[in-house]
Amino acid sequence: MTNPTAETPSTDANGSTDQRLVHLLGEMVRIRRFEERCVELYSAGAIRGFLHLGIGEEACAVGVIGALSPEDAVVATYREHGHALARGLSMRATMAELEGKLEGCSRGRGGSMHLFDAASNFYGGNAIVAGGLPLAVGLALADHLQGRRRVTACFFGDGAVAEGEFHEAMNLAALWHLPVLFCCENNLYAMGTALEFTESETDLALKAASYRIPAWDVDGMDVRAVDDAARRAVEAVRGGGGPHFLEMRTYRFRSHSMYDPDRYRDKAEVERWKERDPIPLLVSQLTASGALADGALERLEADVAAEVEDAVVFAAAGTDEPVEDVGRFVTSESVSPEVGP
Amino acid sequence: MSVITYREAMRRAIREALARDERVFMMGEDIGHYGGTYAVSLGLLEEFGPERIRDTPLAESGFVGAGIGAALGGMRPIVEVMTVNFSLLALDQIMNSAATLRYMSGGQLNVPLVIRMATGAGRQVAAQHSHSLEGWLAHIPGLRLLAPATVEDARAMLWPALNDPDPVLIFEHAMLYNTEGEVADDPAPVDISRAAIRRAGDDVTIIAYGGTLRTALGAAEELAGQGVSAEVIDLRCLRPLDSPTFIDAVTRTHRAVVVDEGWRSGSLSAEVAARITEAVFYDLDAPVGRVCSEEVPMPYAKHLEDAVMPQVADVVEAVRRLGA
Repeated sequence: MTNPTAETPSTDANGSTDQRLVHLLGEMVRIRRFEERCVELYSAGAIRGFLHLGIGEEACAVGVIGALSPEDAVVATYREHGHALARGLSMRATMAELEGKLEGCSRGRGGSMHLFDAASNFYGGNAIVAGGLPLAVGLALADHLQGRRRVTACFFGDGAVAEGEFHEAMNLAALWHLPVLFCCENNLYAMGTALEFTESETDLALKAASYRIPAWDVDGMDVRAVDDAARRAVEAVRGGGGPHFLEMRTYRFRSHSMYDPDRYRDKAEVERWKERDPIPLLVSQLTASGALADGALERLEADVAAEVEDAVVFAAAGTDEPVEDVGRFVTSESVSPEVGP
Repeated sequence: MSVITYREAMRRAIREALARDERVFMMGEDIGHYGGTYAVSLGLLEEFGPERIRDTPLAESGFVGAGIGAALGGMRPIVEVMTVNFSLLALDQIMNSAATLRYMSGGQLNVPLVIRMATGAGRQVAAQHSHSLEGWLAHIPGLRLLAPATVEDARAMLWPALNDPDPVLIFEHAMLYNTEGEVADDPAPVDISRAAIRRAGDDVTIIAYGGTLRTALGAAEELAGQGVSAEVIDLRCLRPLDSPTFIDAVTRTHRAVVVDEGWRSGSLSAEVAARITEAVFYDLDAPVGRVCSEEVPMPYAKHLEDAVMPQVADVVEAVRRLGA
């Protein structure tokens, strides 16, 4: 706990049921295997541009989004495959988007960094660091003004904390007591520069607390801890408690993007964090508690492998949007198009 | 009919929108308790309350972004940015979010947001409060830009702007707030996609917008005394440009001068001139002329500020240079 005035989320009251934890395991495995396949597809040239993988960070997306209701809103970053899948975007539509196909969740207009799904209130896919925070504040303001008891979960990384928009959004959300759950995925590096080289205060929850926002730091490698903290925070926000802030201490096992040679981290550091891989961690916990029956993990892996393969086939069979449609959706089509000479 | 100021016309438009549509609310710096930097929102806090007239901190990117989010969430926000210079602090949200979300999401999202801001020079407020940066913002696909130059447009453009499903930026030239004009008590709807012919003429087309419309009309009056008949076009909508209206005029007059308070290089005047030459080069009797601001940060001293801004005499001279 960083904010001395915030209540500490306990780890046992309203404890996670085994059933939910098995579900969260399944979601983490889906995301992991999906992204591992993305690496292969990138090497094969089927996926291009920037590809930011969240391998190692799955517990953050899965734990928080698992605590949300379908009507809640999610604002995510450019490292958002996991958030999209956890939110319920199909693996097919997500993979097709990564391959730039019309069948993708953004019709191939967005790619890896800009996954959107209005039907599930998934507002992207924002590749301007901290750019999504003011949007989340606005979504919550709309809910407040319309009397909707909805929570907006806004994900961002530790790098965002250095941006002015972070501070502007913290202040607005606290000032107006808006229902936003700020979810900081602190993976210790803003692209390739360690937090200690960019922040005078590296305790990020303290920054949120300075805006009088209840702020908790959470072990982002333990989905049980994330799940527990997120459910408490979501309940508090939905109950009218104003914005809350979770700092999830996590780590990405792979480089920042496929272009990143990863020169700035000690290999031993990466290996140490891999020992805290959220998936084996939960598997061993569930096995020990007896929640994961013999053969259950193998069946899960087989199901996920089939789902990934189906998505790969779907995306490969996807169509290219006709080039003559490139101008669609710049503005709404009910409005007269640009009048040219 | 009544004679009111441009400021009062904007206020009436905002008040009408708040009364007609409960999704409409307003936020910005000093709009509530202070009453608005230019007093446009004076009295609205008392009338509509703090939920719908929201004072914001000095955080342009934060509250413009919040306006975008609120628009995504089903509201119809009117965000006031104090001046166009300050809008630069929100340019990330305007460009990377408001203008882009619809396209980037494959048409799933709309941002029905109106951002109002003061623009332009003439009040000796120097180099950080006086510029006309409409041309920069007009560069961005996905936005609609409006420049009400008359009291009537100040009264009538807001409602259709709020009904546009996409983001609309409204530029209010600071020198216009005290100008007076006649408006209907219940004004007819206006088309916010069209330019307007403000004065008919045969010899030259003078194309202006916002604060320079008065300059263009003053020049046309002076030219009339010299036997030159000038048509004056008010662009009204800076993006998308209503090219057919000004190109048709130039086809008739065979000469054109564009008046733009922005800097010449890379300006709206450059875009208008290029469109004319692309479309009707062989109808021209002379090269397209331009009158723009001097390419300097705006100076404080009155005589220097006047020298930098387009003046009536500059427009008259530009027209005479074309042989009209």
